[in-house]
Amino acid sequence: MISSWFKSGSPWIWLNAAAVSACLIMIVGVLGLIVVRGIGHFWPSQVARFSYQEDNAQAKTLFAEIIDTSVTPAAAAKISGYKMADDEDDLVQYQIKTGNRDVTGADFRWLQERNIKSQDLPADLMVVERREWGNFYGQLVAVKENGKTLASDGQAWSVAQTKIDEALIVYEEIAHLEKKEIGAINYSLEQLRLKGRKLELKGQLDETAKAAIENEKTELKKQYEQYQIQLRTLYQKIRSASLVAKTDSGKEVDIPVAKVVRIYQPNSMNLFHKIGHYFSKLGEFLADDPREANTEGGIFPAIFGTIMMVLIMSIIVTPFGVIAAVYLREYAKQGFTTRLIRIAVNNLAGVPSVVYGVFGLGFFVYILGGNIDKLFYPESAPAPVYGTPGLLWASITLALLTLPVVIVATEEGLARIPKSIREGSLALGATKFETLWNTVLPMASPAIMTGMILAVARAAGEVAPLMMVGVVKLAPTLPLDGNAPFIHLDRKFMHLGFHIYDVGFQSPNVEAARPLVYATALLLVLVIIGLNLAAIVIRNNLREKYRALEG
Amino acid sequence: MTTEQTRTHAIDMNSILRGRDLSPEQLEITIKIENLNLFYGQKQALHNINMDIPKRRVTAYIGPSGCGKSTLLRCINRMNDLVDSAKIDGKILLDNENIYDKSVNVASLRRRVGMVFQKPNPFPKSIFENVAYGLRIQGINDKRALDETVEEALRGAALWDEVKDRLNDNALGLSGGQQQRLVIARAIAIEPEVLLLDEPASALDPISTLKIEELINELKEKYTIVIVTHNMQQAARVSDFTAFMYMGELIEIGSTSQLFTNPKKKQTEDYITGRYG
Repeated sequence: MISSWFKSGSPWIWLNAAAVSACLIMIVGVLGLIVVRGIGHFWPSQVARFSYQEDNAQAKTLFAEIIDTSVTPAAAAKISGYKMADDEDDLVQYQIKTGNRDVTGADFRWLQERNIKSQDLPADLMVVERREWGNFYGQLVAVKENGKTLASDGQAWSVAQTKIDEALIVYEEIAHLEKKEIGAINYSLEQLRLKGRKLELKGQLDETAKAAIENEKTELKKQYEQYQIQLRTLYQKIRSASLVAKTDSGKEVDIPVAKVVRIYQPNSMNLFHKIGHYFSKLGEFLADDPREANTEGGIFPAIFGTIMMVLIMSIIVTPFGVIAAVYLREYAKQGFTTRLIRIAVNNLAGVPSVVYGVFGLGFFVYILGGNIDKLFYPESAPAPVYGTPGLLWASITLALLTLPVVIVATEEGLARIPKSIREGSLALGATKFETLWNTVLPMASPAIMTGMILAVARAAGEVAPLMMVGVVKLAPTLPLDGNAPFIHLDRKFMHLGFHIYDVGFQSPNVEAARPLVYATALLLVLVIIGLNLAAIVIRNNLREKYRALEG
Repeated sequence: MTTEQTRTHAIDMNSILRGRDLSPEQLEITIKIENLNLFYGQKQALHNINMDIPKRRVTAYIGPSGCGKSTLLRCINRMNDLVDSAKIDGKILLDNENIYDKSVNVASLRRRVGMVFQKPNPFPKSIFENVAYGLRIQGINDKRALDETVEEALRGAALWDEVKDRLNDNALGLSGGQQQRLVIARAIAIEPEVLLLDEPASALDPISTLKIEELINELKEKYTIVIVTHNMQQAARVSDFTAFMYMGELIEIGSTSQLFTNPKKKQTEDYITGRYG
């Protein structure tokens, strides 16, 4: 009976089905976790008022969001040192986010459910998102300007909103001035300094050149002074107003409006407001710079850096890999040497990526970059230009890492082109090169695209090598900006993968940053899917166009 | 190779002509194959072939599978160069010039000797671009010149009326017979002197085959045609001269009517009467 069941092959089918199910469950699990945690992060959660009494101490009021719940069986709780009454089965604890790090010193704490005397959701509880010190939870008392009270109690809320909106506009202006205008001036000043140094090194820095440079410098400095004046007035404007708020312990705190990103009262928001809030937070996440050691704000520079790095990598690796594959498959005499090369290429794909990082740092950055600096940028010494990790080296290192994938895929594509097509072209008087260029390579382009897709998927997810060759925690400028030559391949950049690692494990406030890790992970997955989809669409179009002769 | 051997193998075209009722002045020789041997590694695939191929006539190679007729055909435009293990000695003279001479440019040789393969092999491009391919390779990109040549070639291949309204469609959308005529159009677009047809109709249905055969009849007005075929009726229908090959050797060559009605060799007779092959 059993043996016939075995012979029938059903166990085998069950085994196969089980393996496929396991894969599916894992994929759905990974995506599900990331999506649920990542998407939920921006939803405004309610802030509760707890009346909390620990043992014999005085009852305290706490304003906090409930983050997590943990249930410990009584026996286990006893072992951990909790006093448990006989009729208690479980120890229920809530992790709450109390914010107000500047006041209390910590963002999070655990509450035991049995010590919570009461809990409600007052409508006037306010969350203040700040540029420093994380969230503030409390009740708005008044709005002050230059020491005078503008509004209090009932009117305070709307006045606060308008003040904050005004401040945000001024803040944007300041950011624009500091980053764009003054940034451009600084850049020009540095270029001028380098120009002078270059002339000096060549021994051509005569009086006229010096005077010209000085002239330009004074001109720039004049502009700079003007911007400084503008900035000063803007700062005065923004610093004047502040919010007065009461914390859960009853203490009144002054919060300068300049430091506020937004305020909201989650308990009195309706669904419509919440959705609005959600998308404004999401927009901020996608389009803004990070703040507070990357644990708050947006991740735009990381998205930008990731995509740019992947694009530059593709631009480098595709032609390089295709040319190598064409030589290997079409021109090289097949034999021991080509077999050896193929084995080497395939093994390259198996080298741990961190090894590529070490190689990139040692060879590209220090040797290549160092020599480029010596030859072409002697004026900026001792500061390195290309002799330091940067976007170019990161892209080249990853191009090297993904080269085997492109070579293998292209070779397979070339091998699949029917001989009859090549003969057809050759018989028309085309040379081998013309045949390759006009017929074989276009027909192999879907396979080349497949190689590129795999390369992109691998490169976008790499972190380890990037840490050595160009990725940083916080890049002050994007590698693409308005200062000529616009693309700055020597600059360091931010990367989503590294951002996840940094925010999740290196930030001063890991607990607060955890949801951001999921959100960033989700975004990284989406970026990779997006890049892949784009490549797949292109490939499918090519496939349709160069549908090979079947049969 | 001694002269004596050469003489025994050489085919006296004039004796063939007598059988075909043609005067010798009408017959120019385009291709002369002299003492051609071909080896695939250790294995000899062609044994000392000697023959002449007359200008603007259809010469057919017949013989059982693996007898070397395709190999011989592919020697004429040096397609065998692509096979690494193939080694050739002997001469093939095209207009009295040895095509295996070191100074010969293979690409320009293939422009003079076009080839059509057994299976239609259009490029995955538009019909127009397929026909224009050889011209573009030669650097002709002038739109008017291309238009004219493409139309002429497609008319020459009796395909123009069927495709004139969809020149920009993908060539792979054509039927097998149309594809094969397209490939012929592609070959004649570059105006070769010789057209090599390697079983051009073997992958086609009877109607398409008939069209190809009619086309061959028209094409021989302008081109020297060498055709390899499995099908003896086809050889009889389209060719002026027929060569019978067996085991890498040229057994007999003669005018088609003579070879099929009055073969000189026993092996030829056995083959055409269906006793083997």
